[in-house]
Amino acid sequence: MIRAGTAAWFAQHETRLAWRDLAWLLSGGRRRRGYAVMLGLAAFVVFMHGFAYLTLAPAADFAAPPDTRLLVAIGGTLLLYGSLMLSQAMEAVTRAFYARGDLDLILSSSASAERLFAVRIGTMAVGIAAMSLGLAAPAINVLAWLGGAHWLAAYGVVMAMAMAAVAVSVMLTIGLFRAIGAKRTRLVAQIVAAVIGASFVIGVQLVAILSVGSLSRTVLFQSETITNHAPDRDSWWWLPVDAAMGEGLALIVVLAVGAIVLAGAVRFCAPRFAELALAAGGVSHSPARSNGRAANFHPKSPGQALRRKEWLLLLRDPWLMSQSLMQLLYLLPPFFLLSRMFYEEGPSAALLVPVLIMAAGQLAGGLAWLAISGEDAPDLIASAPVTAARVWRAKAEAVAGGIGIVFSPIVFGLAIIDPVLGLITVCGIGVAGISATVIQFWFRAQVKRSLFRRRHVSSRIATFAEALSSIIWASAGGIAVISLWFAILPGAVALAVLAGAWMLSPKRQ
Amino acid sequence: MAQASPQSSKAALAIRDLAKCFERPAVDGLTLRVRAGEFYTLLGPNGAGKTTTLRMATGLLKPDRGTISVFGIDVLADPVGAKQIMAWLSDEPMIYDRLTPLEYLYFVAGLWGVDNDTADARARDLIGWLGLAAYAQERCEGLSKGTRQKVALAGALVHEPRLIILDEPFTGLDAASARVVKNVLRERVAQGCSVVMTTHILEVAERMADRIGVMCDGRLVAEGTLDDLRHQAGAGHATLEDTFLTLVNTEAARGPIAA
Repeated sequence: MIRAGTAAWFAQHETRLAWRDLAWLLSGGRRRRGYAVMLGLAAFVVFMHGFAYLTLAPAADFAAPPDTRLLVAIGGTLLLYGSLMLSQAMEAVTRAFYARGDLDLILSSSASAERLFAVRIGTMAVGIAAMSLGLAAPAINVLAWLGGAHWLAAYGVVMAMAMAAVAVSVMLTIGLFRAIGAKRTRLVAQIVAAVIGASFVIGVQLVAILSVGSLSRTVLFQSETITNHAPDRDSWWWLPVDAAMGEGLALIVVLAVGAIVLAGAVRFCAPRFAELALAAGGVSHSPARSNGRAANFHPKSPGQALRRKEWLLLLRDPWLMSQSLMQLLYLLPPFFLLSRMFYEEGPSAALLVPVLIMAAGQLAGGLAWLAISGEDAPDLIASAPVTAARVWRAKAEAVAGGIGIVFSPIVFGLAIIDPVLGLITVCGIGVAGISATVIQFWFRAQVKRSLFRRRHVSSRIATFAEALSSIIWASAGGIAVISLWFAILPGAVALAVLAGAWMLSPKRQ
Repeated sequence: MAQASPQSSKAALAIRDLAKCFERPAVDGLTLRVRAGEFYTLLGPNGAGKTTTLRMATGLLKPDRGTISVFGIDVLADPVGAKQIMAWLSDEPMIYDRLTPLEYLYFVAGLWGVDNDTADARARDLIGWLGLAAYAQERCEGLSKGTRQKVALAGALVHEPRLIILDEPFTGLDAASARVVKNVLRERVAQGCSVVMTTHILEVAERMADRIGVMCDGRLVAEGTLDDLRHQAGAGHATLEDTFLTLVNTEAARGPIAA
């Protein structure tokens, strides 16, 4: 029996919560789905290993001594992975501060809050490491299969990176608290997390556009532009790469650095967590913001009232805006590519059209979820003298308006260069947006708006169908640039996906 | 106790043979009639079917069986027409955190098709009556539970419904806020509005209701004025609490309805 109030007792408590959270994530909150979840997981693992094999096998000889290109590719991938981990860690740390959960109970008890927060930081590191290892495992296993067991050392590098990511995130968040205060930190930390998560991908794409005229980072990593500027082989910059490839000393150093940085963060930050958590708690209880322009909110019809309400709520919710930011950030490279096309004959526009259609589909899915499932006053809307059809129409119009505002400038620019291209993009954005919206409508469930980040969990089928339809419509758009007739086939597949989603959607009253 | 002031021969709310079953019957053949201009309170233990009944009456839930009409309008056949003249207020105030109380009232008025000038005048009146002037331009996210409940009540009144249906409106309200809400409801009834309300606060029912209905296991087990209920319970001059417990315990002793 573990003595109450000790670090081990807290660790047991945190592990139990983390395990149940994971179970909820995997099962979508439904009970008695163990076999289905395990089967789904097994299928996913097999699929990911197959995908990793097909991607890696033709890429290089992993058993041979690595050349500069391979080193650059591994280093770049680690950097990319690290930025994603840092983004996830910042999300986790912000959540730990602002989601009240059990903080009131802990801070009002006589137990050592410092001890709990030390454990909590450690749990975050374990959680991020577990998630990262899960995602990296197929690639590492395939590398070990192709190139030898020494590649398994990459697991250690991923663990070290997770420890460092959590440590940096905790210190960054505390730094933000000190610099800009509890109130602004919530928004800024979310935006920083989104930007960090997307920045490396986007940065690499931007460099790729400039240097090799392509959106592909693989092309960039293997280009002479990069390999010529790579550090010397004996530079310490290659330490994580050497560790990933199984060099014992390098691995020990990388693991030690990760552990020391994390231990330092725990030692330095845990005592400040309680004080900062109290400050963060004060934010939600502080007086509300004042708005002096209420008189402008005068709808002329129920439909207009609903549309305006949706837009106003989104505009006034910086957290939701930052959550959507990630998707919009990915529009920067195509926007940059477009601007380049104005001045010189650039790469095929077929690359640009699917990216826009895909982004529109994803953004529409998010907005539709907020408007349909994330309705905070469902009883009010349901008890209003407005038909359900009118309510749904107004919500769909609100989504369409949001998509229109975001994508109009870029589509307009495209249409000036090539009207046919513009028309194809408009049609693609339209069908991808409509598809994502109807899928959200069919799979609607009353959920708190604040659970937006977890919207993908409520229905695996809806998430899968939404992503699949966006991808297929995007490919249809790309093919339509070359031949409209050939685009019929992916278009038909996308419609089949929609039909399948409709058939699988829950029965509605 | 307020006097009923019937304005119309049609019942404000007429429910007949209403039934709804989830995993077990929640409402089982309920029939009740609320007169126009009447303050009607529905009492019952937890799980008696009060909220389910009211949600069906407001068109938020479809019944398995039975009919519901509001001032002669069939709620199931013409839900939009029925909703136009009634308002629903739940115990958990559902308002938008990012709107101000004034914007919320404009939004609700817009949903009910109230023109802008009227909406503006009514919203400002309600803000004043309910003591919300200090918060009118602040976003609802920072308001206390009681203030949020008052905002939600203002939303229920801004389109001047003929029938107001409230589910536990006094939950979590402090004494001052509760008094404001009671006064507003009394005033509305005096103006001819009908109110149907559930509550666990028996003192509120005793003081405010023209008639009280007692539900247990999805059925109406007693109905009438306080004296009628005492008579039905054989409780002499007992308090409403004693009378209520006698009625509910008698019903409970008969056993739950079969699933």
